[in-house]
Amino acid sequence: MRIAVLGPFLALIAACLFFATQSDRFLTGENLSLVLQQAVVVGIIAIGQTLVILTAGIDLSCGMVMALGGIIMSKFAVDFGLTAPIAMAAGISVAALFGLTNGLLVTTVKLPPFIVTLGTMNIAFAITQLYSHSQTVTDLPLWMTALGDTFSLAGTKVAWGTLLMLALYGLTWFVLSETAAGRHVYAVGNNPEAARLVGIPTRKVLLGVYALAGVFYGFASLLSVGRTGVGDPNAGQTENLDAITAVVLGGTSLFGGRGVVIGSLIGTLVVGVFRNGLTLMGVSSIYQVLVTGILVILAVTADQLSRKGAR
Amino acid sequence: MAPQSAWFRAPTVSVMATTTSLSATAMARILFITVITLFLSLGSFSAQKQPVIGLITKTETNPFFVKMREGAQAAANSKGAKLLTGAGKADGDNAGQVTAIENMIAAGANAILITPNDSKAIVPAIRKARNKGVLVIALDSPTNPTDAVDALFATDNYKAGVLIGQYAKAALGGRTPKVVTLDLFPGHPVGAQRHNGFMIGLGLEAPGAGSNTLGTAPAIACAADSYGDQAKGQTAMENCLQKVPDVNLVYAINEPAAAGAFNALKRADKEKNVIIVSVDGGCQGVADVGAGRIAATSQQYPLKMAAMGVEAAVEYVRTGKKPSGYTDTGVTVIAAKPMAGVKSADVKTGMELCWGKR
Repeated sequence: MRIAVLGPFLALIAACLFFATQSDRFLTGENLSLVLQQAVVVGIIAIGQTLVILTAGIDLSCGMVMALGGIIMSKFAVDFGLTAPIAMAAGISVAALFGLTNGLLVTTVKLPPFIVTLGTMNIAFAITQLYSHSQTVTDLPLWMTALGDTFSLAGTKVAWGTLLMLALYGLTWFVLSETAAGRHVYAVGNNPEAARLVGIPTRKVLLGVYALAGVFYGFASLLSVGRTGVGDPNAGQTENLDAITAVVLGGTSLFGGRGVVIGSLIGTLVVGVFRNGLTLMGVSSIYQVLVTGILVILAVTADQLSRKGAR
Repeated sequence: MAPQSAWFRAPTVSVMATTTSLSATAMARILFITVITLFLSLGSFSAQKQPVIGLITKTETNPFFVKMREGAQAAANSKGAKLLTGAGKADGDNAGQVTAIENMIAAGANAILITPNDSKAIVPAIRKARNKGVLVIALDSPTNPTDAVDALFATDNYKAGVLIGQYAKAALGGRTPKVVTLDLFPGHPVGAQRHNGFMIGLGLEAPGAGSNTLGTAPAIACAADSYGDQAKGQTAMENCLQKVPDVNLVYAINEPAAAGAFNALKRADKEKNVIIVSVDGGCQGVADVGAGRIAATSQQYPLKMAAMGVEAAVEYVRTGKKPSGYTDTGVTVIAAKPMAGVKSADVKTGMELCWGKR
C-alpha cells in the first residue's frame, strides 16, 4: 500500500527539484503555499473521487455538483439574506443530496456509476444555469469567503482553505486505514461478492461512500467560492477529469480496492507544480497538459503491472 | 460576471459530456425534424409570408450570447419576423452548430445568423444553406474564408486591443511597462488579436491582425493562459506574480480574467500599484471599472450585432437586397479616469450599453 504512493511522491519531488534549478523563486515558502492554495478545490474533490474509485466506481458529476453547491450557497446568502453559515450548510446539503442520489441509483437500481453520474452531472449543470440565470453571484458575505483568506505562519502566508484540505485528507486517511468502515470500503472495491459473503453490508457501504463524496464536493464549493470570492455558474467544468487524473496519478487503482487517499493529494500537487513551475520558466502551459497525459498513462501502466505481479 | 470571453466558452466541457451530446442531439434532431415538418404543413396554409430567421450562437449559457439572443428577439418582434434559436453545446462544438443549421433549413429559415465555433469546419454546412437560397450572416467572429458568408457584423478585436493598449500606455504615464498578459488559450484567433493589438497600442512591436501567434517582447514579463475564466485567471496571475513581483500593468483577455487578476493582486497587497486593463464590456466588468478594480475595458456590442443582423435578414426577405462585406459594430474604451489623448466614455455610459446582468 505504501509503495503505491512512492512512485507519485518521487515524481513530485523530481518535478520540484527540476523547477528549483530553473527558477530561484520556485522553492520559496510563498510560492509553495501558493501551489497548495491552487490545489484546494481539485484536491478536496479528489478525496470524494478517491472514495468512489476505491469501490471500483467513478464519479463524473463531482465538478458540476461542486458548482451547484457554490451557486446555492452564494445565492441563498445574497438573495434571501441568510447568514453565511446557514447558506454554506445549504450548499453542502444540496451537494450531499446529489451524492446520495448517485448512491441510491447505483445500489438500488443497480445502474453503472459511469452512467448515473453522467446523468447527474448534466442535471447539476442545468440546474446551476437555470437557477443562476448563468449570472455570477457577487457581493458575498465576508464569512463565506473566509476560507480563501490567509494568515501568516513563520513569515509565509497560508490559506485557511489549505489547512481545511490537509485536515480532510488526514481524517479520511485515518478512517480508511484505521477503522472497520474504512476497511469495508476497500473490501467492497476488491471483491463485492466476497465482501457480502463475509457479512459486510455492501449496499450501505456504497451508499455511504457516494453520499460522503457529495459532502466533500460541498466543501470544495466552499473553497471555490472562498478562493474566487464569487459564486460562479461556470465553475467545475473540468474538475471531474482533473480529479480523476489526480486520483490516478496518486496510484489509486481504477479497478477498485487499492490505493491511498494521500496519493490523490500528491497527484493534485504534481499537476499544480507543473503549472506553476512552467509559468515561472515562461514556458507555455500546454506542456503541463502534455506532461499530465504522459504521467497518467505511466501511473495506470504501473498499476496494471503490479496487479499482474500480485497474481 | 461572465467567466468567459465573449467569443468562446473555455474548452472545458468534459469528453463525456461531448459524447453524450452527440447521441442526444441525434435523437433530438429526429424529433425536431418531425415536429417541424408537421409545423410546416400547417403553416403553409397561412397566406402572408413571415420572414423566418435563425440565430445560432456559440453556446446557450454565456451572458454575451444571452444578450445577443435578446437583441435578436427584440428586433424580430418589432419587424414581425419569426426567430429560431440554436447553439453549440460548448465552445468549439462544430457538430452541434451544423445540426442547428440543418434543422433551421428544414424549418424553412430564410436567413441564418451564426457565431461560428469553428471558422473553417462550419463552411461546408454554410455553403449548403446558401445553395438553398438561405442568406447567411456571420456575427461576432468571421468564417475562414471570410467570403463563405454573405456578410459579417462583428467587432474588430485587434482594434479593441489597440485602444486598450493606448489607454494603458497613457495611464502608465512614462513608467517603463512591466506587463503580465492573461490570454485566452493557445491558437485562438481572438486571443491573439486582442493580445497583439494591445501590444501595438502600448507601443511595442507585434504580429498583425491575421496572426494566431501571441507577440512577445521584453516588456511582456509573463504571459499565461486564463481560458477567460475567473478562477483560472486568478491562478495564472498568482503564478505570474511569483515570476514578476514588480508588475505594473496587467492586460486580461476579458473581465472575468481581470477580476481573477485583481483577486490575486489583492491577496498579495499589490492591487494599488498595478493597472488592470481588459476587453469585453460586460455589465459586471463595467461595474468593476466603476469600483476601481479594473482601470479600463474595451466595450463591445453583441445586442447591436444581433439587431443589425435581423434587420438585414428581414430586408433580404422583403426586398431581396443582400447585405455584403464587413460591418464594424464598434468598440469604446470605458474608463473611470479619462486619459489625455485617449478617447473614452465614462462608467455611466458603459453601464447603459453593457451586456449581462446590470
